[in-house]
Parts: sequence; C-alpha cells; structure tokens
Amino acid sequence: MSKNVLMVTEFRNGDFRRVTYEVASEGRRIADALGAGLIAVSLGSGVSGKAAELGKYGVDKVYVLDDPALEHYLAGTYVPIVAQMVEKTQPVAVLLPASVDGRDIGARLCGRINVTLLQDVIEVRVDEAGKITAKWPLFAGKCFAWTEWAQGVAPLLSIRPNIMKCFVVDENRKAELEKIEIPVPTPRARVLKYDSDVSGKVELTEAEVIVSGGRGMKDASNYVILEELAGLLGAAVGASRAAVDSGWRPHSDQVGQTGKVVNPNLYIAVGISGAIQHLAGMGYSKYIVAVNKDPDAPIFSKADYGVVEDLFKFVPAFAEEVRKLKASC
Amino acid sequence: MKIVVVLKQTPDTETVIRIAPGNNQIVTSDIKWIINPYDEFAIEAGLRLKEKHGGTVTVISYGPQRVVEALRTALAMGVDDAVLIDDPDMKRADFLQVTEALAAAVREKDPDIILIGSRSVDYDQGQRGAILAQKLGWPHVALAVSLESDGTVVIVERPIEGGKVTIEMPLPALVTFGGSHAVWNPRYASLPGIMKAKKKPLAIKKLPDLGLDPSDFVPEKARIRIISMEMPPARKPGKMVNGGLDAGEKAKELVKFLREEAKVI
Repeated sequence: MSKNVLMVTEFRNGDFRRVTYEVASEGRRIADALGAGLIAVSLGSGVSGKAAELGKYGVDKVYVLDDPALEHYLAGTYVPIVAQMVEKTQPVAVLLPASVDGRDIGARLCGRINVTLLQDVIEVRVDEAGKITAKWPLFAGKCFAWTEWAQGVAPLLSIRPNIMKCFVVDENRKAELEKIEIPVPTPRARVLKYDSDVSGKVELTEAEVIVSGGRGMKDASNYVILEELAGLLGAAVGASRAAVDSGWRPHSDQVGQTGKVVNPNLYIAVGISGAIQHLAGMGYSKYIVAVNKDPDAPIFSKADYGVVEDLFKFVPAFAEEVRKLKASC
Repeated sequence: MKIVVVLKQTPDTETVIRIAPGNNQIVTSDIKWIINPYDEFAIEAGLRLKEKHGGTVTVISYGPQRVVEALRTALAMGVDDAVLIDDPDMKRADFLQVTEALAAAVREKDPDIILIGSRSVDYDQGQRGAILAQKLGWPHVALAVSLESDGTVVIVERPIEGGKVTIEMPLPALVTFGGSHAVWNPRYASLPGIMKAKKKPLAIKKLPDLGLDPSDFVPEKARIRIISMEMPPARKPGKMVNGGLDAGEKAKELVKFLREEAKVI
C-alpha cells in the first residue's frame, strides 16, 4: 500500500470552511517531506460537487460521502466513518482542523483506534528519518511544548485555524474522487435545531482583525463604537472576561484563558487593562494595539502600538481615519 | 439520577507560567491551584440536575495530595462524595493512560450521566471527555452552554463557528462544558457547606484498587510524550503613539503605523 497522510475536511453550509484549505496546505507540506501522498476524507451534505477542488491545495485523492444525514456533525455519524477510512488506508499521520467539530472527531478517534491525538498544533516538523514532532500552546499560549509519538503510533494532529498558510499548488488541479461505500450509522444523539448566525459576524478564532473591549467600555451600549470600527475593518468584536461577566457581551465573545484563544493579524484592545489570563488568549496575535487611558496598564507591555487616551475620544477619531483610508484606496 | 463529575485541579488562570529545569514541565511551586474552571461549570450543572431530579453527585479526580483541596471545595459546593486517584505510577502518564484510570473509577460508580469540562486550562487539550465516552461506549456532546434533562434524555446547546446546534441524546451520556463564568455562574461554597464537606466521604484510590495494572501506566508505555517546552518568543518592544498629540492626531498617527509599517489595514 502506498504511503499517505490523511486529512479530514470540514464542510458546512455548502462549502469547505477555510481551515480545510489551511490543513490541506500543511498536509501537502508534511506529505512531501515524507515522500507520501495526501488523501482526504470528506463528509457532508452536498460535498461531492466541491471535493475535486481540494486538488488545488495539493490533495491527491478524496474519499467522499455525500449524504443529507451528514449535514450537521454528530460524533455518532462522522466518527465511525472516519475511523473505518483511517483503518482502511493506514495513513502515516492524520490531520484535522482544530475547529469545534474537528477537535471532537480527533478526541473520539483517539479513544477508538490506534492513533494518538495532539490538539491545536501550530507547527509540525518532519526530520530526515521521517519522524514527526509537533508544537502546541499550553496555558492558552503562556508556553509551548514540542511533542513526539511512540514508535508505531500514528500521530493525529488537529491544526489550529488561522496559523498555517494556504497554498494553491495549481489552480486547475483536480483531486481524484472515490465514493465511500459505508452506510451512514444511526446515531444515538440527534440534532433538534441548528441556528445559523445570520448577523454575518466574523468568528473570533478565524478573524484576521479583532477589536476587543474591556471594563473601560463602561456599558453594553458603548460597544456600538467598537462595532462600527469593526465593520470598517472587517473585524470581529471580542471582549474581556470583565465585560462578559458584567453582562455587556455574550460569552462567545470572551477572549482569554477561559474563553477563546485568538491569533489574528491585528488585535485592538480597547479599555482592557490586560489581566494575565487575557494576555494569554491574545498574546499570539501578530500585531497588538492597546488603547487605554491608564499609561501603567499591563496591556501596554504586549502592545506593538500603544495609545494612552480616553477611548471614547480616540475610537471615533480612529474610525473616521480608517473610513477616510478605505475611501481613498 | 447518579451524576459523576470528573475534575482536574489546575493552576489559577492568573498564574505566571515558568518552565522548570529539564525543560519538559512547568515550575509548580508557588502556584495557586484551583478547580479547572470548565470542570467547575460541570459541577454547577451537576448540582442543578440533582436539585431537579434527586440522586447523587460524585466528583472524581486524579493527581497528588494537593488535589484533595479541590475535591473538598466541590464537596462544599454541594457534591455528595469524592474519589481521588492518587498513584505515583501515574505521574508521567499520557492523556490516554489518565483517561483509562478515570474510566475505571467512573465504572465503579455506574452513573447515568458524566459531566466534565470541555478542556482544562493547563494543557488545553480537550480530549478527556470524548475519549472517556468512547471507552465507555457512550454518546457524548462537547462544549455545552446549556443543559436540560427529563431524566431519560439530555438536551444540550453547543456553539459552533457561525451558529449553534441543539442536540438531544438518551442517557446514559457524557456532556462536556464550554461557555464561561457568565453562562454557568458556578455557586460559591457556603460556610455551612464547608463545615459539612469535612464529613463527606473522600476515597483515595491507587491503580490496583481500580483493578488496573500499574505497569500499564509507566512512561515507556506512553504513546505521546513532551520532548521540550519553550516560552513564547519575546515580542519586540512596542512604540507609543505620540502622547503630545490630541485624540484626532493620535488616530492619524496610528493609522499611518498600521498602514505603512505593520501593513495590516
């Protein structure tokens, strides 16, 4: 049997999620280092029409199961199919997105077949002997660890979104397709309801830019100035624990060690003093801007650009400058 | 309803993390230890289930003697009894080995439902719940932000990227907890609770007490191992936007930096 790296795609609302392409690009890189092929398992409703496009990102072959029963992820339907495909193809490594569902598939697979999982991988190395080691953040990024697998154990890696670059290998390349001939299992759990967030809100963990507000916002109604700025920047709006505990923002907006760990290109912290648990959750951002009227706020120690100013004066002025900039280019 | 909550004791989230000599673990002296916040949400959910349906809530944990404090806190919150797996042979166990021991302790309690944090705020791996469910052959749902049960099924809301899914599953089942303090608002231990906790049963078990062979837990049988740890790369020193300017001029200057220097807008 030929040597392969296997990846699991994430398909939702009629398309692959971007993290799928990030995982494919990283999978291609690892496969090349191992002299292996890159195969994918693609499950979903309506996925068959899109699967061949994975070839663009370096996937050689896609095993597809397109079934309405796979529209929403359930461990009871997805995991047995992925497990059977892993056992059938015997890959040297398995890659998944470290998304909500990908992390769940990984953990359940890890308890089921002879693979061992490392979640939230941000860097993978393959040495000359073909040994894989991987790095992940602990304590929400307060430190990192490199990990190895015992001999004979296939690494199972979930790859953190927004870290790996997407590479198009060839715009016209198509992956070979093969239908998975496994009936969709009948799960014990069932989906009662799916509420799609129709606000068009950008998901924090996948955002390029985040505008985040803390205790200094003083009230829920004041977030309108951050939302306006976020709209101009195509950004997601985040919040500190203090703001969420005060009931100003939903828990899904919370950035920090309890909350979401984010890694955007630009993180703008507004009225956030910078508790250690918050700094852990956003410290991996490429550029950090801090706006705070207290020049001694700990957030400034992490900031690439610090602005000591009353946020209620600064944010509208900054939004205005961004608006001018966007109008001119 | 027999409810089991699995918890881990973790460093407080305000802890400054340092790497110990040897480069494969953190410095654990001078750390303030807490119940992993996500496990604390699980305790709160378990106590609410008990209030509605009756029954018992048991907490199960693993680790050294210091974990007793976390278990006493859970007992003071209203949990009925606690089990600690404290065996030096588990000291270097990997996630799978740990979960094997937890599964054995859970089986002894024969629960209707298992509640556990979606991840612990130390290693952030978020594996134990799903692996435990897999080992028991139970269904599970991860990352619950709400939990309802009539005693035969459980209904859970689970946020996913760009939406929310509501899932129903029959008991016995395992649920892992997401959300935040604002969602679950876990109760504090009351003074009478703390007094009562001192008399509640807390069993300390070794691996053989759970029918497990300690030789399966040696580091040589670990399937995954940390080879080195490192601190995040130091951020290059930042610059302050000129303090002499007014808000409007500072805004202009920041836009210029972000546009021309960082190239991120």
